[in-house]
Amino acid sequence: MSVRELIDGLVHRPVTEKRPGRDDPALAELAEALNRAARKRLGRSLSIRAVDAGSCNGCELELIALNNAFYDLERFGIRFVASPRHADVLIVTGPVTKNMREALEFTYNATPDPKWVVAVGDCARDGGLFAGSYAVTGGVSDVVPVDLHVGGCPPRPIEIMAGLLALLERAQ
Amino acid sequence: MAETLKALIAAGRKIGHPTAWPRAVVDAKAWAVAIDELVAGSWTMLGLWGEKNAVHLALNAAGQLGILSFDCSRGLYPSVGLHHPPAIRFERAIHDLFGLTATGLQDPRPWLDHGKWGVSRPLGTKPAAAAPEPYRFLPSEGDNLHQIPVGPVHAGIIEPGHFRFTASGEMVVRLEERLGYTHKGIEGLMAGADLERASKLAGRTSGDSTVAYQFAFARAVEVALGADVPERAKWLRALMAELERLANHFGDIGAICNDAAFALMNAHTGMLREQVLRAADTAFGHRLMRDRIVPGGLAVDLDQAGGAAIEALIGEARRRFPPLVHLYDNTASLQDRTVSTGRLSAALAAQYGAGGYVGRASGRAFDARKSLGYAPYDALKFDVPVRQEGDVDARVWIRIREVEQSLSLIEQILERLPVGAVRTELPVPSAETEGAALVEGFRGDILVWLRIGADGRVIRCHLRDPSWFQWPLLEPVIEGNIVADFPLCNKSFNCSYSGHDL
Ligand code: SF4
Repeated sequence: MSVRELIDGLVHRPVTEKRPGRDDPALAELAEALNRAARKRLGRSLSIRAVDAGSCNGCELELIALNNAFYDLERFGIRFVASPRHADVLIVTGPVTKNMREALEFTYNATPDPKWVVAVGDCARDGGLFAGSYAVTGGVSDVVPVDLHVGGCPPRPIEIMAGLLALLERAQ
Repeated sequence: MAETLKALIAAGRKIGHPTAWPRAVVDAKAWAVAIDELVAGSWTMLGLWGEKNAVHLALNAAGQLGILSFDCSRGLYPSVGLHHPPAIRFERAIHDLFGLTATGLQDPRPWLDHGKWGVSRPLGTKPAAAAPEPYRFLPSEGDNLHQIPVGPVHAGIIEPGHFRFTASGEMVVRLEERLGYTHKGIEGLMAGADLERASKLAGRTSGDSTVAYQFAFARAVEVALGADVPERAKWLRALMAELERLANHFGDIGAICNDAAFALMNAHTGMLREQVLRAADTAFGHRLMRDRIVPGGLAVDLDQAGGAAIEALIGEARRRFPPLVHLYDNTASLQDRTVSTGRLSAALAAQYGAGGYVGRASGRAFDARKSLGYAPYDALKFDVPVRQEGDVDARVWIRIREVEQSLSLIEQILERLPVGAVRTELPVPSAETEGAALVEGFRGDILVWLRIGADGRVIRCHLRDPSWFQWPLLEPVIEGNIVADFPLCNKSFNCSYSGHDL
C-alpha cells in the first residue's frame, strides 16, 4: 500500500454507505415478514440453486438484483448456492428449451429431498411468448413438479421476494 | 473498397427498394470477391444468415453497407468460413436451421441443433425427423493433458453453455465452447408474426439488451415501410439505450471485480445499477424498459416526474462513480488480476469485427452510434474510447469511460429533448418489403434484417447478436491463462448466450 493510499484511508470516510432501501415502505414490510418466516421455518437458512432453462436472461438479472444492498436476500439467511446438492429450492427460469430439458432433470434429481421448485417468469409458466416453438417444452411444470410460480417478464425483485415468502409460509 | 461493394450490388439482381442497405442476388464470382475482401481485411462481415432458398451476407465496406445474397435452390452455397473463420459458426447454424450446406466448410458438426428438437432443419424447405448423433468435441493429444468439462448448468446465476477445457496442470491449453442450450426458435416464431408480437420477440432475444434489440427491430421496420418517427421518439429511444448501457456497465464492472475476489466494488456498482433500473421504472414503467420502443415510435412518453428521476440518477452517479474509479485504479491486488490477463490481439478483433468493449479494448474503434451516426447520435457530442492492450483491464476501462460518455449523453438528451408526439401511424405495405438496421447495444452492434409481407406480417426476420463475433474469441483469449482466471476473462467479455442461441 502506498503512503498516499494510507493517508487517503485515514482522512477520508470509507466508501461504504448506509444500507439503502429504508425509505421504501413496501420493501421494508416485505422484509419484515420474510425475516419472521425465514427464522421460524428454517432457523435462518435456505439454499437456492438457480437454473436458467433457456431464459432470455432478463429473469436472471432480477435474481442477481436480490443480492444487491437494496434487497440483500442473504440477511434472511436465504442464499444462492453453487451446487444443487446443497439446495433446498430450485428457482427455474425460462421456457425450458428442449436443449436444456435434460440438464434441468439432472439438476432436479441431484437436489436432495425435501425440495421445492419455484418457476420464475412468464415463460417458465407455459413457454410464454415462446410457446409453440419447435425448440421449447411447455414450461417448467412439463419437466419437473412446480410448487410456486412467480409471474412477470421479468418479475421485479420485490415480487420474487414475495414469492419466496409465500413458499416459506406454505412449506409449513 | 466501398466502390467494389457498390459495383457488386449494381451488377447483381437488385432486390427491394433502395435503402441504406442495398441487397442483390449475386453469382459465385461476386461471392468470391466478397470473400477475398473479407480475407484481406478490407471489409467486415456483419452477419450471415439463411432462409429457405438463399443465404445472405451482410457487409461493411469502409462504411458502405450492403447485403449479398446467394441463391441456394440446390441447397448449396460456397463456404465463406473455409476462408474466413468468423463465418464458420454461422454456416453450421444455417445448416441446422435450413439444411443449406456450405460447400468446403471444414467443420460440419451441428451447432444449435443438439438432436433434441424432434425435427431437423426446422425452418428449411424440407424439415425432417431428428437424427441425433453424439457431439464430437475436438480431440486433444499430448502428455499430461487433462480435460475439464463445465456446464451447461453453471455455479452462480448465469446462462447455460458448455465449456471444455484442455489443461496442462493449471494452464489452459485449449478451450472449446459448445452453445445452443438456450435456443428458443425465435426466428421460427418470427415468421408469420404481426409487428407487435415480432417486436416483443425481438425484445426477448437477450434480456440485458431488450432496449437495443427493440430499437434495432423498430428501425428495420421503419426502413422497410419508409416511415419516419417523430423526433421526440428518436431522442427518447437513445435515452433508454443509454440507460440500458449504464445499467449493464455498472453491473458488469462490479461483477468482473467480484470474479477477481474484490466484492466491495460489486456491492457499490450493484447499487448504482439498481438505481438506474428504479429510475427507468419511474420514467418508463418498466425496470428493463421492455416493450417501450415499438415500430413507429414509443409506447410511452416521458413525463416530468420521469425526467426528474433520471436527472436525480445522473447526479447520484456523478457523485458516486468517480470514487469507485479511483478505487479500481488504486487497488493493486485487483489490477494484479486484470492487467495482462485474457489478452485479445488487435488482429483477431479486427478479423472478427468484434463489437463493443471487446473490440474497442483491442484497438477496433467501431461504434455504430458514431460510425453510422443514426439519429439522434449524429446531433450529440460523445467520444468512443479505444484502448490497445486488449486485456481484462482494458475492457474494464472501456466500460468505465463509456459510463462517463453515457452520463453526458443522457444530460444532453434531457437538455435538448424535442417536444411533440412520440408515435406515428405506420403505413400499410403495398407489397413485400425489406429493411435492416444496426444499433449499438451495450455489448456491441446488433443487426436486424427483416422482410415484411403485403399483409403487414413478418415473413423472415434475422437478429444477429454481437456475441457471434465475440464468443469465438474467448477461446484464444483464455489460452495460456490459468483455469482459475476463466471466470474473470469470461465476465470481461460477458457474451450473451440467449442472444447468440436465440
Ligand atoms: S419471463 Fe420474460 S424476462 Fe423472464 S426469461 Fe421469459 S422472456 Fe425473459
